[in-house]
Amino acid sequence: MNELIMAKYGEIALKGLNKGTFEDILLKNIRRRLRSLGKFQYMKKQSTIYIEPLEEVDLDEALRRLETVFGIGALQRAAVFEKDFEQIKTQGVPYLKEALENVRSFKVEAKRSDKAFAMKTPEIQNELGGAILEAYPHLSVDVHNPQVTVMCEIRDKGAYVSAMRITGAGGIPVGSSGKALLLLSGGIDSPVAGYMMAKRGLIVDGIHFVSPPYTSERALMKVESLCEKLTAYCGDIRFYCVPFTEIQEALRDNCPEEFFTIIMRRLMLEIANRIAQKNDYGALVTGESVGQVASQTLKAIQCTDAAARYPVFRPVIGMDKKEITQIARKIDTFDISTLPYEDCCTVFTPKHPKTRPDFDAVIKAEKSFDFEPLIKTAVENTTVKLFRVEGNKE
Amino acid sequence: MIYLDNAATTKPCDEAVQAAAQAARLCFGNPSSLHRMGIQSEKLINEAKSVILKRLGLQGELFFTSGATESNNLALRGAAQAYKRRGNKIITTAMEHPSVARTMDELEKEGFEIVRLSPKDCLEDFEAYMADSVDERTIMVSCMAVNNENGFKTDSERLYKLVKQKNKDTVVHTDGVQGFCKTALKGDLISLSAHKVHGFKGIGALYKSDNVRILPLVFGGGQQKNIRPGTEPVELVASFAAAVKAYPCDLSHFDELKNHLCERLSRLEDVYINSIENKSVPNIVSFSAMGVRSEIMLHALEEKEIFVSSGSACSKGRISSVPDAFGLKADRADSTLRVSFCMENTIEDTDKLAEEIENGILRFRRSKRCRA
Repeated sequence: MNELIMAKYGEIALKGLNKGTFEDILLKNIRRRLRSLGKFQYMKKQSTIYIEPLEEVDLDEALRRLETVFGIGALQRAAVFEKDFEQIKTQGVPYLKEALENVRSFKVEAKRSDKAFAMKTPEIQNELGGAILEAYPHLSVDVHNPQVTVMCEIRDKGAYVSAMRITGAGGIPVGSSGKALLLLSGGIDSPVAGYMMAKRGLIVDGIHFVSPPYTSERALMKVESLCEKLTAYCGDIRFYCVPFTEIQEALRDNCPEEFFTIIMRRLMLEIANRIAQKNDYGALVTGESVGQVASQTLKAIQCTDAAARYPVFRPVIGMDKKEITQIARKIDTFDISTLPYEDCCTVFTPKHPKTRPDFDAVIKAEKSFDFEPLIKTAVENTTVKLFRVEGNKE
Repeated sequence: MIYLDNAATTKPCDEAVQAAAQAARLCFGNPSSLHRMGIQSEKLINEAKSVILKRLGLQGELFFTSGATESNNLALRGAAQAYKRRGNKIITTAMEHPSVARTMDELEKEGFEIVRLSPKDCLEDFEAYMADSVDERTIMVSCMAVNNENGFKTDSERLYKLVKQKNKDTVVHTDGVQGFCKTALKGDLISLSAHKVHGFKGIGALYKSDNVRILPLVFGGGQQKNIRPGTEPVELVASFAAAVKAYPCDLSHFDELKNHLCERLSRLEDVYINSIENKSVPNIVSFSAMGVRSEIMLHALEEKEIFVSSGSACSKGRISSVPDAFGLKADRADSTLRVSFCMENTIEDTDKLAEEIENGILRFRRSKRCRA
C-alpha cells in the first residue's frame, strides 16, 4: 500500500489572479525542504499539493519538516488505492486503525472528482462508514462534531483514504513578499519577530553585532544557533556579523552615559541601512515591544526609528513578554535565547538610562563625535555566513 | 599560551596519557572475567586503589566513579539513605559546588532538614562553627576542603575531630576535589576527581572509611561491591593513579607564584584580593579589578592567549552563591577573576598576567564615576 501527503493551502487559496505565483513559490519551498529525504512527485490540484514518494521515504520525517513550511494550512497523510471500492474497503479500513481505535465518534467525507466512478458520493460515505462501524464497533457516527473525519477522495489517478490531519504553519510562502533584515540580539524577542515576518512571506536574513572582548565567542555561537533554528521556518538564512567594538568604545568615551543605548541603537540601524541597501533588502525587522525596556519607550523608539531609512517592522510591538515567550517555546528558540551570555546590547548599559530622551539632545550628543569612519570600517568588515535549511544542506 | 585555569581542569600529564595507552593496549580485559586477562585488569585496579589511598594517607575503600559530581551524589544520597532512621538533619555550607548544593536541595525536597552555613558568619573558626551545629539528630556534615572559586580552605582533619566529639555517629563527607594532592584530607567519605590533578576527565573516586555505610545509586552486575556497579574503566583508573603518583609533593612553587602575583596586583589601583589571607590554598587566587566586569577582562586576556576564569567554569556564566557566602558585595563579585596555577606555571606567567590586567583596566575601567 502506498501513502502520500496532501498539503492544503492556507491563505493562498483566497488569492485571485496571482495565486499561481504563490503556488509556485510554495512548491519550490516544499521541494527544497524534502529534497534530501528522497524522490517525490508533486502535483497541484484544487488548492492542494499532492506529494507522492517515488521510493521508500520516511513520511513521518517529511510531515515533520512540512509542519514548519509557511503557506500550508493543513497536512494530510493518506493511503493510495486503485479506484476499486472493494480494495478501498478491505485495505482502507485496517489502515485507519491507529486513527480510530482511541476515539468514539467519526464521520466519512467523500469527494468524487472522477465522475466515471460507479458509486456516487453519498453511497461511498454510507458504504465506507458501514464497513468502519463493523470493524470498530466501539465507534458511533457523528456528522456534526466527529472526533475524526475520515476522508475518501476518488480522483483521476486513484483513490485516497485518510484520517490524519495536522494543522500547518499557516501564513504565506516565504519568498512571496520580498527580503528583510532582522536585527538579532540573542534575546527572546528578535527570533520571534523573525518568525512572524517569515510567516508573512518575507525572506528573513539576520544581522548581529559583536563586541569582543566585551561579548564572548559563546554569545555569537548562541545567535548562530538561533539562526539555525529559525531556518526551519524561514528557509536559508544569510547571517551578517558586524564588528562593533570600536563603535561602542567611541560611544562610551564620547557620549553622555544616559544616551548610550539610544545612540548605540541608532548606529546599529545606520549600519543595517547600509547593509540593506548594498544587498537589496526592503525592510528591517526588530523584536521591540513597547515599554519593555528603557530603549523601547515611545520617545526612545522615535529616536531610533528616525535613524532608519527603511520601514522597520516590529511584529511583537504590542505583545506581552508572556505571549512572545509562548511563541519562542513553540519555535524552540526559548532555551537558546535564555543562555546567560553577555550580548552587545548589555555592554555599557547605563545605570540610569533616559526613558524619555529628548530627540534633539540625542542628535546633538551623537553629532559630538564623528562616527562615520568607524561605521564605514564596520560595514566593510562585516562577515556573511549562510545557514541552510534542513534538507537543503547537501 | 598561558593557562591559568587549573581549578577548572588541568592538562593530562604524560604519565597519565602513557598509563592509559598502555592499559588500553595490554590490559584491556574485563576485571570481572575469570581468565588471566581479567585478573590482570583487576590487579591494575587494585594497584591504582592503593596508590590513591596512600596519597590520601587513609585506610578504607575506594570506589571509582565517572567523576566528582557522581562521587558527591553517591556520598550524600548514599549516606542519607543509609542513615535516615537515625535522624534527618544534614549540615553543609553555602559555598559548596553545585554537585553538592543541588543534591542537598533534592534531599531537602525529600524531607531532610538541610542547614547551610556561611563562612562569612565565622571566618576565624569555621570548623568549630560548623561542629557547633551538630546535634544527636545530625546524620551528616558535608563540607568542601578547598573552595573552587576562591581557594578558601577548611581544615578537614580538625572539622572531622570536632564533629566526632559532638556526635561520633555523624558521617563526615569531604568534597576533596580541589584539595586532593594539595592539602591533607580527612572524612568518612571523600570525593575525588582525576582531571584536577592532571588526569583525565570522566574518572573520579569516592573514598569510604570502613566504619560507615552507603547505599548505591545505580544497580547492576555487582562490581565494586555493588556500591558502584558497572565495568570498571581500567584505562582511566590506571591513568588516574599515574597522575596521582606523578603529582609533586613539594608545593612551595605555588606559594612563590601566589606571593608574586599578589604583590604585582597590589600595585594596581582598586584591585582587591578576594582569597582570604592565611585561610586559602596557594594555587587559587581570586581577585577583583573594580569597574571591569569579569567576563570582559576574561575575554581580553583570552585575546592575549591568557586563560583564566570568572568564578567557576562549571556553571558557565550562571550566578554563583559563593561570593555571597563570603559576604562579597555585588560590584566586587561582578569583577571577580580566578587564577589557578599548576606546577608548570612560571613567575613570568604571573608577570604577563599582571601586565595585561593593568592594560585591561586602562582600557575598560569606565570613567571615574564607576570606580569603587
